Amino acid sequence: MTRTNSPARAAGRLARAACLLAAALPVWWVVWSLAMGALQGPAEQAALYGPALRGQPDLAAWALLPSWPTLQPLTELLLDTPQFFAMFWNSCRLTLPLVAGQLLVGAPAAWAFSRLRFRGRRALFGLYLLLMVLPFQVTMVPGYLVLNALGLLDTRWAVILPGVFSTFPVFIMAKSFDAVPGEMLSAARVDGAGPLQIFWQIGLPLGAPGLAAAAVLGFLEGWNLIEQPMTFLKDQALWPLSVALPGFSGAADTLGLAFAASLVALLPALFVFLFGQKYLTLGIQSGGLK
Amino acid sequence: MRRGWSSSWGGGTRRARRGDAGALLFLLPSLSGLAVFVLGPFVGTVWRSLTNAAGSRWVGIANYQSVLGNAAFRQAAGNTARFVCVCIPLLLVGSLLLALLIRAARPYSRPFQTSYLLPMALPVASIALVWQLLFAKGGLANAWLARLGADPVDFMGTGAAFWVLIGSYLWKNSGYDMILWLAGLDGVPPALYEAARLDGAGRWQCFWHITRPQLRPTAGLVSVLSLINSFKVFREAYLVAGAYPHESIYLLQHLFNNWFAALDLGRLSAAAVLLALVLGGLVLALLHLLDRDA
Repeated sequence: MTRTNSPARAAGRLARAACLLAAALPVWWVVWSLAMGALQGPAEQAALYGPALRGQPDLAAWALLPSWPTLQPLTELLLDTPQFFAMFWNSCRLTLPLVAGQLLVGAPAAWAFSRLRFRGRRALFGLYLLLMVLPFQVTMVPGYLVLNALGLLDTRWAVILPGVFSTFPVFIMAKSFDAVPGEMLSAARVDGAGPLQIFWQIGLPLGAPGLAAAAVLGFLEGWNLIEQPMTFLKDQALWPLSVALPGFSGAADTLGLAFAASLVALLPALFVFLFGQKYLTLGIQSGGLK
Repeated sequence: MRRGWSSSWGGGTRRARRGDAGALLFLLPSLSGLAVFVLGPFVGTVWRSLTNAAGSRWVGIANYQSVLGNAAFRQAAGNTARFVCVCIPLLLVGSLLLALLIRAARPYSRPFQTSYLLPMALPVASIALVWQLLFAKGGLANAWLARLGADPVDFMGTGAAFWVLIGSYLWKNSGYDMILWLAGLDGVPPALYEAARLDGAGRWQCFWHITRPQLRPTAGLVSVLSLINSFKVFREAYLVAGAYPHESIYLLQHLFNNWFAALDLGRLSAAAVLLALVLGGLVLALLHLLDRDA
C-alpha cells in the first residue's frame, strides 16, 4: 500500500515544497534587494535603479548580485553621515523608554486583570479592549491639546508618554499571568505574603515570557511609529527613522546611501525579531481577546 | 472571560472592598495615564464634535451633517471600507493556506515560518524604498511588464494604487495571521481526525467537517485583529505616496491628517466619533459572535 503510494506522495511533497518556496520568495526578494542595493557601486546603481528612484528616463533593471560589490555606501553612511546617526539615535530614544514604560505601567494592570478580583473588572477589561481598537486619529485633536497644556509638544515625551499607556501590552501580559499556577499563589498567601510581594516574587518571574512578548511587539511597533511623531514633533531634529528616512533617502547624494540607510534602519528590528521570535509568536497568539 | 483567577479573595463585602482597594493600587498607574491621554481626549473629541471649530459654541449635529455631506469624507470612508472588505477575506484565506502548508511540511517548514513572519518586523520606512523601486513609473514592475510585451502601468497614479496597497498589506500581515491560524489548528484534538479516518473520511472531508467548524472561534479572532491591523496600512500609503495619494487610496487617515492641518477641528471630531462608533460596533458584534460560538 505505502509502496504504490510513494510516487504520488513524492509528487505531493514536491508540490508542497514548491508552494512554500513560492510564498517565501516575495519576502526574500525584498530583503535581498535591499541588502544588495547597499553593496552596489554608484555607477551600477544609477544605471539599474535610477529610472525608478530618480526619475531618469528608461526602465529600471534588477541584478541578482552587484557586479562590483563595495562597502563604500555603508562606510559613508556610518562614518560620514551624522544626520543619519541623529535619526537613528532619535528612534532609540523614543522606542526604548516607550517599551520600558509599557512594561512598568502595563504589568501591574495586567496582573490585576488576570489575578485580582474586584468590582467592575469585566467592564474595565472590555474598555481596555475597545481602546486597543481606536485608531490614533480619533483622539488626535484633544490629545494634542493635552500635550500642549502639559508643555510636552515638540519633546520626545509627547510620543513616549501617550504610547506608554497603550492597552495592547496589557492583554499580552495578562494572558501569560493567567498561566501562573493558582496553587503557588494560595501557598504564598498562606505563608503570609501580601499582594505586592506575590506579584513581585511569583507573578513577574513566572510571567516573564509574557513580558518579553510585550517588549518584542512593543519594540517593533515603537520603531515603526509614524502618525505620532508626525503630529506631535514639529521639530524635524527630533524625528525618528520611521518618519525621517524617506526624506533622507530622497535627498541622499547617491542611491547607495539611500539603500544603506534603509538597511541599517531595519537591522535593530531584525535582531529583535530573530532573537525574540519565540516571544513574538507567543505575543501574537496571546494578543487574542480571550 | 478570564480563567483561573483565585477564588479565595473577596467573599464578604469588607473583604471585597479590600480587594477593590488592592486592585486599584495595581491599576492606578495605567488608569490614570489612560484617563489623561486617551479617555479624557476621547470625551473631548465627542464634545468638540458638537461645538464649532473654536470649541466655544454649541452647534448640535451640524458637524455631523457637514461630514456626511462632504465629498472627501465619503470618498475616504468608501475607500477605507472597500480596502477592509477586500483585504480581510484575502488575508484570511491566504494566511490559512500558509498555515496548512506549514503544518503539512513540519518539521522542515520552520525556516519558512520564520520567513513568512519576517515582514511584520521590517520597518515600513525601509521597505518603502523597495515599493518605490518596484512601482514607480520607470520601476521594476513596469520593466518586467515590458519584457512580457505588456503596456506599462502607472501604478501609483491610477486605480492600480489600490491593489498595490492591498498587496503590501497582504505581504506584511500574512505571517501574523498564519501564527494565529497555526495556534487554532494545533488546538484541534487529534483524536477527532483519527476517528474520522477510521470511518474512511478523506483529507478534504476531514478539513470540511472537522477543521472548519473547529476553527470558527479562531476565524473571529483573526478577523478582529486583521481589522485593527488594516488601519496601519496608512503607514505604507503615506510613506510611498504622501499626504495626497491617488484618489483610490485616499484613506480616512489621510483625511483626518489633512483636516488637522487645516484646523477643521469640528468636522474632524465628528468624523472621529463616527469612526469610533463603527469600529466599536464591529468589534462588539464580532466578539458577540465569538461568544455565541464558544
